[in-house]
Amino acid sequence: MSLFIVNILDGFVTGLLLFMLCSGLTLIFSMMGVLNFAHASFYMLGAYFAYQISLLTGFWVGLIVAPVIVGVIGAFIERYGLRRVHKYGHVPELIFTFGLALLIEEIVQFFWGKSQMAYEAPEILDFAAFSIAGNTFPAYKVFMIFVALGIFLVLLYILTKTRVGMTIQAALSYPETVQNLGHNVPLVFMGVFGVGTAMAGLAGVIAGPVLGTFPGMAVLLGSIVFVTIVIGGLGSLWGALAASLIIGWLQTFAASYNVRMEDILTGLGFTKPEPIWDSAWQDLWTLTLPQIGPILPYLLMIIVLVVRPQGLFGKRET
Amino acid sequence: MKSIKKLALGVAVAGLAATGALAENVKIAFIDPLSGPFAATGTNGLHQYEFAAEKLVNEKGGVLGGTNFEIVPFDNKISPKESLIQLQVAIDQGIRYIVQGNSSGVANALTDAIKKHNERNPDSRVLFLNYSAVDPALTNEKCNFWHFRFDANADIKMDALTDVIAQNPDIKKMYIIGQDYSFGKAVASAAVSMLGAKRPDIEIVGNELHPIGKVKDFTPYARKITASGADAVITGNWGSDMLGLGKAIIDNGFEGPIYTYYAAADGITAAFGEAGVGTLKLVAEGGDAPPEKPEAQEYQKAFKAKYPDGNISQSRITNVIQMLAMAIDEAGTATDVVAVANALEGMTFNDSLWSNNPMTMRASDHQLIQDVHIYAHTQVEAPFDMDNSGFGLKYENSIAAAGEALPTSCEMERP
Repeated sequence: MSLFIVNILDGFVTGLLLFMLCSGLTLIFSMMGVLNFAHASFYMLGAYFAYQISLLTGFWVGLIVAPVIVGVIGAFIERYGLRRVHKYGHVPELIFTFGLALLIEEIVQFFWGKSQMAYEAPEILDFAAFSIAGNTFPAYKVFMIFVALGIFLVLLYILTKTRVGMTIQAALSYPETVQNLGHNVPLVFMGVFGVGTAMAGLAGVIAGPVLGTFPGMAVLLGSIVFVTIVIGGLGSLWGALAASLIIGWLQTFAASYNVRMEDILTGLGFTKPEPIWDSAWQDLWTLTLPQIGPILPYLLMIIVLVVRPQGLFGKRET
Repeated sequence: MKSIKKLALGVAVAGLAATGALAENVKIAFIDPLSGPFAATGTNGLHQYEFAAEKLVNEKGGVLGGTNFEIVPFDNKISPKESLIQLQVAIDQGIRYIVQGNSSGVANALTDAIKKHNERNPDSRVLFLNYSAVDPALTNEKCNFWHFRFDANADIKMDALTDVIAQNPDIKKMYIIGQDYSFGKAVASAAVSMLGAKRPDIEIVGNELHPIGKVKDFTPYARKITASGADAVITGNWGSDMLGLGKAIIDNGFEGPIYTYYAAADGITAAFGEAGVGTLKLVAEGGDAPPEKPEAQEYQKAFKAKYPDGNISQSRITNVIQMLAMAIDEAGTATDVVAVANALEGMTFNDSLWSNNPMTMRASDHQLIQDVHIYAHTQVEAPFDMDNSGFGLKYENSIAAAGEALPTSCEMERP
């Protein structure tokens, strides 16, 4: 039971981290129709910038400054890269962001090398907040929860209660109409892209010390963020939050319970072939839940696409 | 008439080649990844080879009374297929010595190819000096006369590790976790069988494999390990999987030892830092920090002066270079590799920089028998630390001539 509670908390942290990545991506995707393959690369840039800044001035300055730098870079890329490619259609945009992802990875390796960076959580948060049955819960993870929840509330407020938010919401569904009403839609696009990449950067800043800061960190998260926004429904902040948490819990629980295929099959009345290593069914019989954990989100995506193509909270058909 | 001409030409070419060989360097082909995800490890290894050849052979007068060693790098991108192409290029350039270490998959491909090549081309035979690939099969069922291994193989390391664990009465429950591929499985099965033989009372409370390079967050695994009540953990993980797993376990408040194969260098030592002290252990051959011999300390200082960002992470490289030089001098030739291999076979080596005890190249399987140590990750003064982090590896336990008693299934066919 205590392990169950610990897993609930761990999955919550993983889910919130995923949400910080997805919230920006889902807005960008639904608004501009751009599948931004480089989104996770901005997450990586955030971690590396924050690491570099933390060497000079400590963690807290990096926490503020690194996402801002990433956001500005993102806005520039939208203004001078993506917008130019936009008029040629969606495929060139796709290729542009794909190339961007490769470029950022090479640039990171060029400046920081291929090794792991010693990016650490600040010392002031380096203690155990509490522990459940011998499993400690670091204070840094509590801090991560508060940052992510704070971001969610701020975004929710901006999107639903402010004028800028109304324009963004409107531009999500009817960009031409909003443009005809006299709003500067390209500027809104640039702003959303900048803020979205800054959020990815912030996710990188707070995830770097926990999940490791290395050139493969973008690839590791790259595909899962797309899965999340598809499950949640494009353009929906609530959908992104729900899908992130579901995936966070799914992965955490799958990794921590050694449910064996052998037990399930025996329970269903099959007999284990002996000797197992000569059997054609060896792979099926020796499978465990942690081994198939990484593919569960993709399985969930397929189910959602079949049952509810617009995603859990999606409003429009795409 | 024609045949006489051909003969004369042949004699002339042979004569040229012979005089050329006298003046030319002894070339050693370094076939390892110099680009791609493992480039950092490969490049660091190349620097260690170049430095060892320069300092330990060339500056001391070379071999055969004045011939220098020359390291020729070949990038194999850690692919077995690419390695075979590079091997052919090296052979075509007249190179007789191949060194390789990263990935047992590559080593398995190379040893097969070299065996075939040497059978078919007695005039251009080559030797394979394997400095890091630890798959036990290379000196057991797949052994051959042309392959020599300078690192302790995975079974020898596990034998040494379980010797130490067997003496620790505090360890009653063991958790084994590794990457889901051949090496991870080999480590797990060796751990289970050797612990079962030496300490049958130790309960294996977990034995699992996780997807390699796919796990984003190791926290759930760490929770499971704590919940299992394990006193110690064994893992063969490397790279970011090693760092992620280790950090998650330590962050979860686990205080028992974590026995590893590869939790050092290439940024990992720096990233663990203070957190790894007291829990992180590593099994390997090599020297202490600082090494016992003064000349080894000088050597390491000189290396750090030349490569400030590098590490002497594979200290066995100096053994490869020194033992090869000794064997060439003893054989009196660098071109007849059968003579050199005969000199290497059974050689006792007393002059390793890192060890006061002699090492032996076991004749029956060409496995170097040497001391293996259990290291502790701890504070180490520069320049003997790793990643310039102030942390490094110090001896905790030593097993003299580790693996001497382990049998081999090798049936060596000699030319």
